[in-house]
Amino acid sequence: MNIYVLLKKTFDTEEKIVVSNGQIEDDGAEFIINPYDEYAVEEAIKQRDAHGGEVTVVTVGDEDSEKQLRTALAMGADKAVLINTEDDLEEGDQFTTTKILEAFFEDKEVDLILAGNVAIDEASGQVGPRLAERLGMPYVTTITSLEIDGDTVNVEKDVEGDVEKVLTSLPLLVTCQQGLNDPRYPSLPGIMKAKKKPLEELEIDDLDLDEDELEPKTKTVDIFLPPEKEAGRVLEGEVEDQVKELVSLLKNESKVL
Amino acid sequence: MSETKEKLFKGGGFLVEDINGEDVITPEDFTDEHQMIAKTTEEFVAGEVLPLVDNLENHEFEHSVDLLKKAGELGLLGADVPEEYGGLGLDKISSSLITEKFSRAGGFSVTHGAHVGIGSLPIVFFGNEDQKQKYLPKLASGELLAAYALTEPGSGSDALGAKTTAKLNEAGTHYILNGEKQWITNSAFADVFVVYAKIDGEHFSAFIVERDYPGVSTGPEEKKMGIKSSSTRTLILEDAEVPVENLLGEKGKGHRIAFNILNVGRYKLAIGGVGGSKRGIELATKYVNERKQFGTAISSFSLTQEKLATMAARTYANESAVYRTVGLFEQRMGSMTDEQLADGREVAKAIAEYQIECSMNKYTATECLDYVADEAVQLHGGYGFMQEYEVERIYRDSRINRIFEGTNEINRLLVPGTLLKKAMKGELPLLQKAQGLQEELMMMMPEEVGTEPLEQEKHLLRNAKKIVLLGAGLAAQKYMQKLEKEQEILVNLADMVAEVYNMESAILRTEKAINKSGLEKNNQKLLYTQVYVQEAFNRIEADAKETLIAVEQGDTLRMMLSSLRKLTRHEPTNVIAKKREIAANIIEAEKYVV
Repeated sequence: MNIYVLLKKTFDTEEKIVVSNGQIEDDGAEFIINPYDEYAVEEAIKQRDAHGGEVTVVTVGDEDSEKQLRTALAMGADKAVLINTEDDLEEGDQFTTTKILEAFFEDKEVDLILAGNVAIDEASGQVGPRLAERLGMPYVTTITSLEIDGDTVNVEKDVEGDVEKVLTSLPLLVTCQQGLNDPRYPSLPGIMKAKKKPLEELEIDDLDLDEDELEPKTKTVDIFLPPEKEAGRVLEGEVEDQVKELVSLLKNESKVL
Repeated sequence: MSETKEKLFKGGGFLVEDINGEDVITPEDFTDEHQMIAKTTEEFVAGEVLPLVDNLENHEFEHSVDLLKKAGELGLLGADVPEEYGGLGLDKISSSLITEKFSRAGGFSVTHGAHVGIGSLPIVFFGNEDQKQKYLPKLASGELLAAYALTEPGSGSDALGAKTTAKLNEAGTHYILNGEKQWITNSAFADVFVVYAKIDGEHFSAFIVERDYPGVSTGPEEKKMGIKSSSTRTLILEDAEVPVENLLGEKGKGHRIAFNILNVGRYKLAIGGVGGSKRGIELATKYVNERKQFGTAISSFSLTQEKLATMAARTYANESAVYRTVGLFEQRMGSMTDEQLADGREVAKAIAEYQIECSMNKYTATECLDYVADEAVQLHGGYGFMQEYEVERIYRDSRINRIFEGTNEINRLLVPGTLLKKAMKGELPLLQKAQGLQEELMMMMPEEVGTEPLEQEKHLLRNAKKIVLLGAGLAAQKYMQKLEKEQEILVNLADMVAEVYNMESAILRTEKAINKSGLEKNNQKLLYTQVYVQEAFNRIEADAKETLIAVEQGDTLRMMLSSLRKLTRHEPTNVIAKKREIAANIIEAEKYVV
């Protein structure tokens, strides 16, 4: 089975976000594999171990993305592809990424593509479904279980806390939700082996693309931090009065009622 | 590996040689693999060990066994075990990073360290082929767990005074061991003990003793001040039957194993001390940012900042020094043939070359940890005294580090003693340098110190080395062979030598980093170095003065003190201002940053 994983590097969840001049500062920030993509890597490895085949991890990023690819290789993926847009593209959006991936997959034989449900940075959740659409492939998002039997695939999907069971077939693209599995730690033997696994680096030229085709379809107007949380307030007095005061505050002050 | 130019330094050689940043290995040289190994360890500790800390502290050792087996699956037990015996045979930086990252696990890091270090390494270094084949693969996987049994109720620092005996039985098939070993880490569950006993009451030797052998048992669990997550019991040997093939190394040569293993134990404790210090700084910084008094976060008070900065500068110097030592092992092992590397004894020898460095790292890094733990509690105020705060456990866990693997006092006494031995044997030109110094001091003119980064620090370092030579030369001349009875002076010398090593390590690391990526990116490193070097220099000056006054009198003393004044003349750094700058960066990052 040819299994592909779409992977993105994101800020470490412990990083503090600093915005200056309308940009998020990433100087010196620690990066990790997007946690949802980690579920995808883990699932890909499990499916390969069960059904045979090969896991290829693909990222659209920059030179530093190699670290996250190596981590995926250390977890057990077989091959990695870095599509490095650092020198060619000033900016990009979900359209850009989808377009690049579409070109990449054009000549690939694919049975299964796994991606994260969303990336924890911009959280659009679009690249997976849009890519499936472009590749003419069925897709299921936010999956929490994946069982493959021949060409038949049984998927469980998280629907706002409920479970939806979907029967579909390969080739297929899925996006992974928390609960699907428990990603493994890259073992030390895995880390040592990852050094020797193939990591191919491509630029958009190699995919016969040029900058104009990749112009983003959206424009980021502003980037700002959420307002700081204000101090809480403890209401006092009889319970009945407290309730009345609360209702009045919700109506008049925060205007949520 | 880093592209550091291979230049081999002798143990203790830093006192007399000129060394450049490019000659040392620093944390900035770690490769991506090193960082991935560190990260896996970090995640394993955070994800698997820490959720069970309460259980472990409660002596539920089934979890210890289970966690060690899980660690084994990830390869976290096999770094120092060669590949042909089921390990990974990684470089010493990798295994050191594992040790550093395990330190957050508190008492469980002692469990891990005892297994992979003093428990397994005697077999790695000194086992014969059969012993290695039999034990190492299972030790690397965690199927067997190891412990180390040297200390006895009557012999601690005086390890060779052990009373445990071994006697060959009549059939010549087994040694019969009798005695009691005390404070044995991992004893509740270890399958294999490396035990020292005297054959026929006189030949100090090491044995591999399995728990299941007849006559082997353990006593009740000790009630300890800290590292409660680790198991500590006596090992009781009552006519214990140990097959003759389990004699480890040669009969009567047990001390060789014991001393070599102590070197390893020492530098590993130093690395753990650095890891623990970083954690202490992180906890303290998060707390002072959160805690408000007088209407403001207490991190905004400059006294809070002073504490954080001092903790961090000291941690930086120690981190630089311990990884420099690990780098020295690596450089030496890099110069060995494959055949030598395959011979564990040669590897142990390469490490033993740096026994001075191992000892110094041990006492300065464990005291750094104790200092950081103490101040981290202090910064937590009353909350730091409460068990629900991690810092309370760190404070208790820290204390043992100054005691085990040779007390810090024993380690201090070893440093000048070993240096003098090396000087006498002609391995280090210390005495020649000390003599040359006398003449130099007569003519000495004040040195013009430049204003480029690190010039002042290098100047202080050069003079600090001279002060050490002055003190050591004088003491050696005065007391000759009787110097070993002057323990206060030896300890002063040991402190001065260690400060020199730490100062130099910080300077070289910062210099190397600035050469590589510029001053702007390494400003924090520069600040740490400036602060640490100034403060260390002040301590050296005080120690030297006390030493001279104790050794000499009258005119000679006055002359000596005047020499010291020449050597300590400098324009001091404003450390208060520098510390505020340091603290600002830590407070923003909420952790130790370089």
